Amino acid sequence: MEYILSILFIFLQSFLVIFAVLMMAYLGIYGERKLWAAVQLRRGPNIVGPFGLLQPVADFLKLLLKEPIIPDKANKIIFIMAPLVTCFVALSAWAVVPFAENWVVADINVGILYIFAISSLGVYGIILGGWASNSKYPFMGAMRSAAQMVSYEVSIGFVIITVLLCVGSLNLTDIVLAQKKIWFFIPLFPMFIIFFVSALAETNRPPFDLPEAEAELVAGYQVEYSSSFFLLYFLGELAATFLMCAMITILFLGGWLPPFDIYPLNVIPGVVWFMLKVAFIFFMFGMVKALVPRYRYDQLMRLGWKVFLPISLFWVVLTASVLFIFDLAP
Amino acid sequence: MFASILFFIFSFLILASALLVITSKNPVNSVIFLIFSFFNAAGIFLIAGAEFLALIMLIVYVGAVAVLFLFVVMMLDLNFEELNKKTNFVKTGIITTGILITEMIVLFVYYPEEQSFIINKNNELNSLTNTEMIGSKIYTEHFYHFQIAGLILLVAMIGAIVLTLRHRDNVRRQDISSQVSRDQEKNVELKDITFEESE
Repeated sequence: MEYILSILFIFLQSFLVIFAVLMMAYLGIYGERKLWAAVQLRRGPNIVGPFGLLQPVADFLKLLLKEPIIPDKANKIIFIMAPLVTCFVALSAWAVVPFAENWVVADINVGILYIFAISSLGVYGIILGGWASNSKYPFMGAMRSAAQMVSYEVSIGFVIITVLLCVGSLNLTDIVLAQKKIWFFIPLFPMFIIFFVSALAETNRPPFDLPEAEAELVAGYQVEYSSSFFLLYFLGELAATFLMCAMITILFLGGWLPPFDIYPLNVIPGVVWFMLKVAFIFFMFGMVKALVPRYRYDQLMRLGWKVFLPISLFWVVLTASVLFIFDLAP
Repeated sequence: MFASILFFIFSFLILASALLVITSKNPVNSVIFLIFSFFNAAGIFLIAGAEFLALIMLIVYVGAVAVLFLFVVMMLDLNFEELNKKTNFVKTGIITTGILITEMIVLFVYYPEEQSFIINKNNELNSLTNTEMIGSKIYTEHFYHFQIAGLILLVAMIGAIVLTLRHRDNVRRQDISSQVSRDQEKNVELKDITFEESE
């Protein structure tokens, strides 16, 4: 009985987390559109609901009610499976994210590896969708995306190793608690920048949105997708983007910790700080999209392999050496 | 009880998907089933309490190796009629499997103490987590083996680069630094033009 109750409890927690992520995606897409509009001196969504707040709901309903079109020559099973994989992978990674102290569904002691593993699976949704569409542009987009995501995972891995050297644990809660003295973005600032840029590339966000580059590939791997399948891709991408924001928050910005451990700041609950930081990183992602033009593909690969990889490898060695020489290793 | 049921489910799925890897006609389906069997292998590692190995399995095999497999297989120019012809690998297959099974039997019969995968509970390493245990085993106790493995990998990597790197002349290459260092003064020339008045 107790066993069943505990399983039910986990289910409840998971639903809460998924609800929270979907709410984040809802507010995120609205906020992002308003932000881009403000940058370009437009008004943005302002018709549906007060201040256009119901615009994402209207878009959601519209996409749900459209007819799903499956191309005739497509590999139907894989075609339908691919967006499900993207969405499933992006949502399941949230199981280990600590929103505040002890606010986590599964507090496993290899949490960061779990997120890294799950987010590296995100590429399958794209590559399978692009292949199963049986069409040129989706296939090109899928190929680009596979090469891009695999390349940037390497530097993300090294950045994570650098942080882990300073923490001495793979548990996400331990990583946050290790930042009580100083948030890691101060001592590891170059790694913070590399992680931020790699996160953009890993989630196919602009300026690295080459898998769906409208100018060359129409919409890349999403060309043949319509209605709820497109919606699933869309949601999966947003959830993956927020996951990257949460990872930056946990690894570099001290998770749920307040900036200073003094009276008016430390009574605010941790989850508020966590959400504020995630929102801030998401705002930065949005600003990058608004301000930076798209990269050329060869420049993207060069940046990943010839710039980020050597720098991050060097920083791993440097961090390990400094920790060893000054006896700071945990 | 629950763990053993899971073990049988996972191992059944591994075997079934492994069978489908070699029987499915479309190589892309083969790779997808291969990925599925990697997943279940990770599941078995999880049941055995080796969560670090399970996730490394996911990261390395599923996240990197299988992606590149899929990448290559999708680019193949396939001729399905050729694929449907019967292949002659049965003899080779039987011989290889026979050797493998003999090796396993020999291993299990003559070295029975090696077959226990359960770690001795009195081991002092058990106070550490899985990850720390692997670290201390590899990087402290078996340091030289680790270095040799690294060297072998380095040789393999250099070999792969040497095999594929061909320097061709007459190829236009991009010089990134000159592209980046372009500026207005060097590349834009302003000229005064006098327009002739047309009639």
